[in-house]
Amino acid sequence: MKHVEDSTHINPRGTVFVCEGTGCISSKSDQVRAGLEGEIARLGLAEAFKVKPTGCHGFCQQGPIVHVELEGIFYTHVRPEDVREIAESHLRDGRPVERLFYRDQVTGAPIPYHRDIEFYKKQQRLVLHNCGNINPEDIDDYSASGGYEAVRKALLEMTPEQVIEEIKHSGLRGRGGAGFPTGLKWEFCRKAPGEEKYMICNADEGDPGAFMDRSILEADPHSVIEGMTIAAYAIGATTGYIYARAEYPLAIRRLRIALSQAQQHGLLGNSILGSGFDFDIEIKEGAGAFVCGEETALMASIEGKRGMPRPRPPFPAQSGLWGKPTNINNVKTLATIPVIIRLGAEAFARIGTAESKGTAIFALTGNVANNGLVEVPMGTTLRTIIYEIGGGIPDGKRFKAVQTGGPSGGCLPEQLLDLPVDYETLTQAGSIMGSGGMIVVDEETCIVDLARFFLTFTQAESCGKCAPCRVGTRKMLDILERITRGGGQEGDIDKLQQLAETVRDGSLCALGGTAPNPVLTTLRYFRSEYEEHIRNQRCPALACKDLVSYYILPDRCQGCMICLRNCPVGAIRGDKRLVHVIDQSKCTHCGTCLDVCPPKFGAVTKVSGEDIEVPDDPIPVRPSK
Amino acid sequence: MNQELAEILTPYKGRRGSLIPILQAVQARLGYLPEEAVVQIARFLGTPESEIYGVLTFYAQFRTSPVGRNLITVCRGTACHVQGGARILAELARRLGIKPGETSPDMEYSLETVACLGCCALAPTMVINTEVHGQMTTKKAAELFSEIEGEGQG
Repeated sequence: MKHVEDSTHINPRGTVFVCEGTGCISSKSDQVRAGLEGEIARLGLAEAFKVKPTGCHGFCQQGPIVHVELEGIFYTHVRPEDVREIAESHLRDGRPVERLFYRDQVTGAPIPYHRDIEFYKKQQRLVLHNCGNINPEDIDDYSASGGYEAVRKALLEMTPEQVIEEIKHSGLRGRGGAGFPTGLKWEFCRKAPGEEKYMICNADEGDPGAFMDRSILEADPHSVIEGMTIAAYAIGATTGYIYARAEYPLAIRRLRIALSQAQQHGLLGNSILGSGFDFDIEIKEGAGAFVCGEETALMASIEGKRGMPRPRPPFPAQSGLWGKPTNINNVKTLATIPVIIRLGAEAFARIGTAESKGTAIFALTGNVANNGLVEVPMGTTLRTIIYEIGGGIPDGKRFKAVQTGGPSGGCLPEQLLDLPVDYETLTQAGSIMGSGGMIVVDEETCIVDLARFFLTFTQAESCGKCAPCRVGTRKMLDILERITRGGGQEGDIDKLQQLAETVRDGSLCALGGTAPNPVLTTLRYFRSEYEEHIRNQRCPALACKDLVSYYILPDRCQGCMICLRNCPVGAIRGDKRLVHVIDQSKCTHCGTCLDVCPPKFGAVTKVSGEDIEVPDDPIPVRPSK
Repeated sequence: MNQELAEILTPYKGRRGSLIPILQAVQARLGYLPEEAVVQIARFLGTPESEIYGVLTFYAQFRTSPVGRNLITVCRGTACHVQGGARILAELARRLGIKPGETSPDMEYSLETVACLGCCALAPTMVINTEVHGQMTTKKAAELFSEIEGEGQG
């Protein structure tokens, strides 16, 4: 705590940043901000401190987050009732509130400063540099941190061809998942004949388990507008669309504010910055269809049709929206553009690996200590991301798999943790970079059930246009459901493999083309878990509901009636001081009894593929020793 | 022509690709898309009703029946799944006595699911009306539920 005390001598003049991303707002950060403003006024500190709302830090798990500059004190889980103490003790008296410091997920030690937190320390926040540091609803804040310098440079000092050359030279590849070189994509569209061209930002972040785009849109919307404007200038488009998920209302609201500010400042509209280049942007709200992340489906949706993909060629660069040449880039790709123009292609290309340049942004979630947004140089290993930044697997459990690329990606096992993350290595391992979801699962997650989960999603989201995807995902799901319910049959694994390959090779678009990846990778790396389910009706992770049984251990049960009262189906018999017994024929395997049994008794056990010796009827509890 | 609908539709006159924004605007006002509205939209756009139904049934956002006074949406994203989201959904379905996608007969509650809310670091999550709730447990779900019940009576 020594260094904290030292910091109290610094003149307390600074900014109090309060995160107002969707995550932190859900834990009342808007009230925290209002409270801080009120307290600062009440204490007469308005001269010394200003309160600033920011967008998502990407560390939502610790929210609400309050970050005090100058010293860089980082508070977590701040409740409205903590506000007075922060204002009086820290802001007025210079004594930071230790109980609200971030605690190291491994050692539990309090860490006062933002810069010392392992989660942030190992990251290189190049694209996310503004997230959590500026007010997303204030264009001046964005400009003060270098915003709109890139658009100025591109429009006033460079030709469209030079911009394209610069992006090609940077080695930037599409961050939406496929990894196609961005500069090349722009060049195709630039060279396509036609006067009328369109620039689209794909903000339809539909992958369950991914929230990178949401965070950027909420925390730094101007960076996306700036990137789009540069892209539009390069390809020669005058109209732009941002196709955003309706499930992200805050992101859409902030985008609207940012668009109107940019228009007022002459950064959108006619002759931007006096360059003679006209460009404006309209927001199109998606209506809830995962397939609309696919570019031809997305364009159909903007046109007001069912969002179904069509065969390519013709590629959107030739014939896209309303038959005109169209360029579509992902939110992260576009947010990277101003960085490249500002830093220069060479500086950008020095980051990353030979084939994958720059940084990668992941949404690290699941059974990992630190959940949040992670930006690292391409080529960083999975182990560094999960263990050093993520803090490893909590509660002393074992790592089982990491799933990258969402429902289109694959599950990678422990032996691949030293894999450097870039487009090529992940593809070789059977997964994909995808848009950046990274879900860690521990030993209590059933791999077969996880594959079933992803297939449930892709099957429901399959648009139904082509048979391999429409029928194949259904058939795969049927088999997976059967296996997880204990009805697996010999030959199911071969059938799954065959179906998966057919769907992968025969589908029209990337949804079907990648939907089998979770099945293919789990068959490749976790085959024995499938075999256990099929041959022994046993779920090693004790996760498949139909394959587990709950028992009350007679030597532990104290006859306290808690489980009996909580059982939703009345399957537990017993009485005070009588050992309780679960009627296996009535039990629905919901697990409530296990949850409510006091930990000091630990009398409820869950097993799969084995029987536990218990009395048929309630018997008196054994006297405790 | 229904005056309320006409007001919503007029700004879209002559604009390309406006079917989805129209459906969104009408649903935002009426809570769902009744048949009469679809007929009127079809006339306004000069598009067959069948085509409009084709579009509205394609997208998860649109509904053709009214929604309950309280809309509870449970996230079924991957992070929520591995952190026990399915149990939250099962518990709510049990308490409300309705399945996901249904509305209680007294029109008090609708239970829905969403593919992902993008609040994965707070998994498992759910939304009650517009408020997001993170790090849910079955116990917390029950408490929130009692809270709404209390408000309903008060």
